[in-house]
Amino acid sequence: MRLPALAAITTGLMGAALALIFFYAPTDADQGFSQRIFYFHVPIALTSYACFGWGAWKALRYLRTRDERADLESYVAIHQGVIFGALTLITGSIWAKASWGVWWSWSENQLVLFLVLFLFYCAYFMLRFSVAPGPQRANLSAVYALFGVVLIPVSILAIRLSERFIHPVAFNEHGTNMAASQFFTFCVALVAMLALAATMYNVELAGKRLDARLRELREALQ
Amino acid sequence: MSTEGKYVAAAYLVVFVVLLAYVLILALKLQRLGQEVAELVELAHKRREDREPDKAVAVG
Repeated sequence: MRLPALAAITTGLMGAALALIFFYAPTDADQGFSQRIFYFHVPIALTSYACFGWGAWKALRYLRTRDERADLESYVAIHQGVIFGALTLITGSIWAKASWGVWWSWSENQLVLFLVLFLFYCAYFMLRFSVAPGPQRANLSAVYALFGVVLIPVSILAIRLSERFIHPVAFNEHGTNMAASQFFTFCVALVAMLALAATMYNVELAGKRLDARLRELREALQ
Repeated sequence: MSTEGKYVAAAYLVVFVVLLAYVLILALKLQRLGQEVAELVELAHKRREDREPDKAVAVG
C-alpha cells in the first residue's frame, strides 16, 4: 500500500477511535471516566508487542538470508516498539494514579515484566550502536532481537501467573470482560494504533533508506 | 474538569505530544536530507562543469 493512502487511513481510523472513545463508549461502572485511558493504553501496549514481534521476525529473516534490508527493518520495528513501549508505561502510570492512587506498583508482575521488556529493548540500541556498522553488528542485533521476543508471551501471561493483582483483566478464558460497545471501541482503537505504527514504520524506513542511498551517492561523487 | 477527567486528558495529551515530537524529528531529518540533496546536486554540476572544458580540448 502506498504511504499517503496508509497515512490517510490511519488519520481516519484515529479520528473514528477518538470519537468512539469520548462519544460512544459508556462510562465504566467500576472505574468511572478514567477507564477511557484503557482504549489507548491497551492498544498501545499490544502495538508495542506487535512491533517487537515484527522486529524479531525481520531479525530471523536477516539471519536466514543475510539481507541488509531485513536488518534495517528489524531495527526500525524495534525502534517503533520502544516508542510505543514508553507510551504504554506513561499512559499506564497515569491510569494507575487515577484508579489506584499510585503511579507505579512493584508488586504487579505485569507492570514489572513490561518494564523489563522495555529496558531489554532499550539496551538493544546500546548494543547496536556500540558495534561498527557491518555484518557483525547486524548479526548481534538480530540475535538480541530474537532473544527479546521470548519475553513477550511471558509479559502477556504475567497477569495469569500472578495470584494477587489489582491490574484489571480485560480478556480471560470466557471472553471479554466488557460491554459490546466497549469492545467495539477497543477494536477500532487497536486497528487505529496498528495502522499508526505501520505508517510510522514505513515513514522511518523510507527516511533511513533515503539516507543510505544519499550516503552511497556522496561516496560515488567524491 | 474533574480529577479523573484531568488524568484522562493528561494520558491522551502525552500520546499526542510524543507523536508530535516524532513528526518534528522526522521533519528535521527530512530538512537535513533536502540540504544534502542540494549539496550533491551542486557537487554533480561542479563535476560536469569541470569535465566539459576537457571534452572541448579533446574534440578540438
